[in-house]
Amino acid sequence: MAVTIEKHATVGDAQRALGGDAVYLGGGTILMREINAGLVQGRIIRSTDPVLKQIRQSGDGFEIGAGVTMSALANHAELAFLHPVVRAIGGPQIRNMATIGGNLFAEPPYGDLAAALLALGARLVMAGGQARPIEEFFRDRKRAGLITAIQLPRPRDNKSFAFHKVSRVKPKGVSVMSFSALLPRDAGRLRGVRIACIGLGPGPLRAFSAERALEGQVLDAASITRAAQLVTDGLEPPTDALASSWYRREVAGVHLTRLLERMI
Amino acid sequence: MAMKPVTFILNGEAKAAFTEDGQNLLDMLRRGVGDLSPKYGCAQGSCGACTVLINGEPQLACLVLAESVEGENLETTAGLGRAGLHPLQEAFMQRFAAQCGYCTPGMLMAAKALLDINPRPTRDQVIEAISGNLCRCTGYEPIIAAILDVAEGRQAP
Repeated sequence: MAVTIEKHATVGDAQRALGGDAVYLGGGTILMREINAGLVQGRIIRSTDPVLKQIRQSGDGFEIGAGVTMSALANHAELAFLHPVVRAIGGPQIRNMATIGGNLFAEPPYGDLAAALLALGARLVMAGGQARPIEEFFRDRKRAGLITAIQLPRPRDNKSFAFHKVSRVKPKGVSVMSFSALLPRDAGRLRGVRIACIGLGPGPLRAFSAERALEGQVLDAASITRAAQLVTDGLEPPTDALASSWYRREVAGVHLTRLLERMI
Repeated sequence: MAMKPVTFILNGEAKAAFTEDGQNLLDMLRRGVGDLSPKYGCAQGSCGACTVLINGEPQLACLVLAESVEGENLETTAGLGRAGLHPLQEAFMQRFAAQCGYCTPGMLMAAKALLDINPRPTRDQVIEAISGNLCRCTGYEPIIAAILDVAEGRQAP
C-alpha cells in the first residue's frame, strides 16, 4: 500500500497538512472504497477534532459539524426537516459512518443530502473560519479545501421544505434522481423558491427554470404543471447505468409534480 | 512502511494488533487478529457481509480505517455463541435463514444491533435494519422471520 495516514488533533492542523496531493478522510464511505481498490496513492489526512461532531443551534438555524453522521442527523429531534433525506441514504451501516461533509463531495449517484443543503441555502464554514455560500463551493468543489461546518437556516414550517428520491431498490437504493424544494411563502405567494436535484446533471444543481416558473405564484395545479414542464430546461441529464438521459427527461416532471403536490 | 499499534476491545476482550497505513478494519480483524467471522464480500460498502458493531452501532469493517478503532468496543459474530448459540443464531437455524451462509454473520450483527436498542421491532423495522445486507440465497423472508421470532420471544414452528 502506497498511502500514508496522518492524524491531526485540530481541523486547523489538518487544513495546513492538506495542500498538494493529500486527500481528507471523513466517514470513509467514499474514500475507503478507493483505498481498498488501490486507486488512491499518497497522503491521507484525518482529524479527531471534536468540533467536527457538534450540532449547535444558533438563532433561527443550525451549525452542523462536517463530521456529523447521517444517523446523528436522523436522531436529532430539531432537525426533523432533514430526516426524510438522511433516512433515504444508504443502509443503517452507511448512515452510521457517512458524514454530512463527505456528502458534499460525493459523486453521482450519491449526493442527496448535498442537494438538500443546496435547496436550503446552506453556508459552508471553511477550516480558515470564513463562511461561503454553497453555490460557490459547487462551482469548484475539487479545490474547495476543508469544510468545518455547515450553517443551515431552519425552514419556516413543515410545508416549506420537502424531499423526494427516485430509486429502483427499496428501502436501500441509489438515486436515479432526487429533488429537494424550499418554498417560502409570503402572503400565499412563493418568494425565494429554491429547487435542487441530483441525477439531472454532473452533480447537485438547481433547477432554475422550474424555480422561475414558481416564483411569485400561488402553489397550485397550474403552477406545478408549468414547473414540471420546464424542469429539465437548461439541464443536461446524463446517461449512465441507472437510466438514460431520455428517461430522466421524461420522468423528471412527474417526480417534481409528486414532490410539489405534497407541499400545497 | 511503519506499523502502528492499535488496542481495542473485541467481544469483551482487550486486543492489540499492528496495522499498516490504509489497512481497513476487516483486514486487520481477519489477518491480524484471526477473527474470521466478519466476511470479505465487496470491499465497497455494498454487501454488508463485513458488518461489525462499533460501540453498539453496525458499521462496515471494510470501510473503517483500522487505526481509527483505537480504544473502541467492537463486536463480531465470533462473540455471539460463547455460551451456547445466541437466540438469533438458534432462530436462523430453525428458520433455515442461512443457505450459503456468507451473508449470515453480517445479518446477525445487523439484527443484534436492532434488537439491542429495539427489542420489539415491527416487520418494517426489521426490513430497514437489514437493508444494508445483501443475501442472494434466501429471498430474505426466512431471515426476517427468524429475527421476528427472537423479537417476539417465540420458538420457530
